[in-house]
Amino acid sequence: MPKVLMIHPDRCTGCQSCELACSFSHENQFRPSATRVHVYSWEREGFSVPMMCQQCDSASCMKVCPTGALHRARGTTLVEYSQEKCIGCRMCTIACPFGNAVYDSVTGSILKCDTCGGEPSCVQICPSQALEFVDDNISTRSRKMAFAGKFKSAFEGA
Amino acid sequence: MNGYTGTILRINLTTGAVSRQATNMKDAALYIGARGLADKIYIDEVDPMIDPLSPDNKLVFAPGPFTGTFAPSGGRYHVVTKGPLTDAITGANSGGSWGPELHYAGYDALVLEGKADEPVYLWIKDDLVEIRRASHLWGKWVPDTTDMIRAETDVEAKVACIGPAGEKQVLFAAIMNEMHRAAGRGGVGAVMGSKNLKAIAVVGTKALSVAKPKEFKEAVLAGRKGIKEHPVGGAGLKAYGTDVLVNILNEIGSFPVHNFQDGYYPHADRVGGETLAANQLVRAKGCFSCVISCGRVSKVKNPKYAGEGEGPEYEAAWSMGPDCGIDNLDAVTHTNHLCNEMGMDPISLGSTLACAMELFEAGLITLKDTDGVDLRFGNVDAMVEMTRKTGLREGIGNKLALGSYRLANSYGHAELSMTVKKMEIPAYDPRGIQGIGLEYATCTRGGCHVKGYTIAVEVLGSGTKLDPHLTKDKPYWVKLFQDLTAAIDASGGCIFGTFGMSGENYAAMLSALTGITYTPEDYLKAGERIWNLEKLFNIRAGLTMKDDQLPARLTTLPIKTGPSKGELSHVPEMLPEYYALRGWDVEGIPTRERLEELQLV
Repeated sequence: MPKVLMIHPDRCTGCQSCELACSFSHENQFRPSATRVHVYSWEREGFSVPMMCQQCDSASCMKVCPTGALHRARGTTLVEYSQEKCIGCRMCTIACPFGNAVYDSVTGSILKCDTCGGEPSCVQICPSQALEFVDDNISTRSRKMAFAGKFKSAFEGA
Repeated sequence: MNGYTGTILRINLTTGAVSRQATNMKDAALYIGARGLADKIYIDEVDPMIDPLSPDNKLVFAPGPFTGTFAPSGGRYHVVTKGPLTDAITGANSGGSWGPELHYAGYDALVLEGKADEPVYLWIKDDLVEIRRASHLWGKWVPDTTDMIRAETDVEAKVACIGPAGEKQVLFAAIMNEMHRAAGRGGVGAVMGSKNLKAIAVVGTKALSVAKPKEFKEAVLAGRKGIKEHPVGGAGLKAYGTDVLVNILNEIGSFPVHNFQDGYYPHADRVGGETLAANQLVRAKGCFSCVISCGRVSKVKNPKYAGEGEGPEYEAAWSMGPDCGIDNLDAVTHTNHLCNEMGMDPISLGSTLACAMELFEAGLITLKDTDGVDLRFGNVDAMVEMTRKTGLREGIGNKLALGSYRLANSYGHAELSMTVKKMEIPAYDPRGIQGIGLEYATCTRGGCHVKGYTIAVEVLGSGTKLDPHLTKDKPYWVKLFQDLTAAIDASGGCIFGTFGMSGENYAAMLSALTGITYTPEDYLKAGERIWNLEKLFNIRAGLTMKDDQLPARLTTLPIKTGPSKGELSHVPEMLPEYYALRGWDVEGIPTRERLEELQLV
């Protein structure tokens, strides 16, 4: 079963641990300005949303890539990146409607989520389960169950 | 260079000169960073006798080695200066993301000198440093200041700023970052205001490197696991915030009420964390790299006090709540939001109001002094109004802005000020908890709980459980907590990390990160070195053992009701043992031997 990196903004505490884990697992150092996940926070309301590539089925970044640097292996879900094929044209960064493919001028490469080879470090470090790496078909299960629980309480209370 | 960037940024606000110097790595090894390194830089350069609000004072901001890494809850910075409230060394510590951003920009410390001749703010983007005009920001409250500076610099800039309280030099004004995080105590915001400095906006894009990545990750994961498995660090603080302590402290009768006239409040639950979670809490929030998430995003719907923001923490719910005879949590949450927005410390504010209320009820001040406000205990509207007046220094707010000691003293009744070294002591009654009283009395920055939080063992039973009413062994525990906290502050860590992490965890993380080997003993020794350095500054600033004592009320007036009825603080009996353990003489002066042992001479 293919897996998806599910984001639960309602659980996010805004701690940015995911950025740190991402940076560290790719570079062995801490450079959140160049990570594959980025947390945006609205301070007045105290709300935070982690953003990262969701490996689109129909991926604009892949379609626009002229060299096949962004590609998908047959039968898999991950949009993969090969730096050796990349010419640094940045077309993918323009094509991605979510802004989840980013050019890093320090390494001269495209930064997008590679799910750390199937064991995402951001998921492992998240202290509040705001990021989950789960089977595609049940990716919304926890959210649906949480709301089902509210129905349950309402009926029990009636 | 691992754990450090190797550069200290220095800005002279009088001349506009910007300079850089190399981080002294010998000092870094001895004082770690953040609180320790900032102390060392500050104390080497500043005459202890200066007026804290004069251009002669300096203000040092410093992240620690952990700051910007994924060390658990390790994203903090420290601000060091001579405090206008205490006329002693002061250091205030804050979380959020500002400290990491300064570290990513490439700086182990930021040293500010002099005074700008008009309001300015600093814009730091990596190597770019600009001093910009801030006349249009002067008078703005913290959230608007933050938004306006982001609009002028970078939408993701981290902004540390002062509100009107700092501009007007309220002696307990805070420096706020990311709107709601505070370097809160001792008046560091007033020093920033005295320099005409409104804000420091930072964007950092550089990398922080690690000496031994594999070992560092292992040490961090072990530490995180320890916190997650701890009942306080792993669950309690996220569910109910620090305000969970209201019921815990009240149940042992060590919850000060009415300016410490008693130690038990029958309706304490009304301002407790459980009540907050049921009514005002929107969600839990974490600082940078935090696994604990004690932060409270809170919203008040009651139209009279409506608004969104963060908090209150336990100590704020206490000071503006039952210490003022108030148990309306909507109002307390509202005034906490006001404190954040105006940039001032709610502990000193609430305790100063409680002092004013006692002066009023005793007839020592009257309606003529209070701008016509009925300042009896329990008057919710008066508490809200006085908060605003203090932040803006209007009317009686001009006197409240000086803190309870100067207020009460101006009416000839300094004994009604619940302070040590003129800083308000917080929400743990030292008559019912002996160790914390010794911490209040001896803390280098005055009446403070966090720099020697013996509540962890005296009340919460974290690791060990001690009888709070007994004095036995308390000097040992106070010294241990003070030294460990100094080392954690210096590393850029949060003291709540000790709910699950030990000195071994901290020493292992710091060693793997920096490549400098620290045993747990070395780590504690660095903390002790920092404590003694601060103490030496205070002695040169004119403080003596007379300043190491609690208000007489706490050693002479027993708690009247509740489980700790009849109890008094025994600080005077514990002090000689504490001095001896510290290697200080009978008057609390560090001996040459101990200073040599600590490499301080």
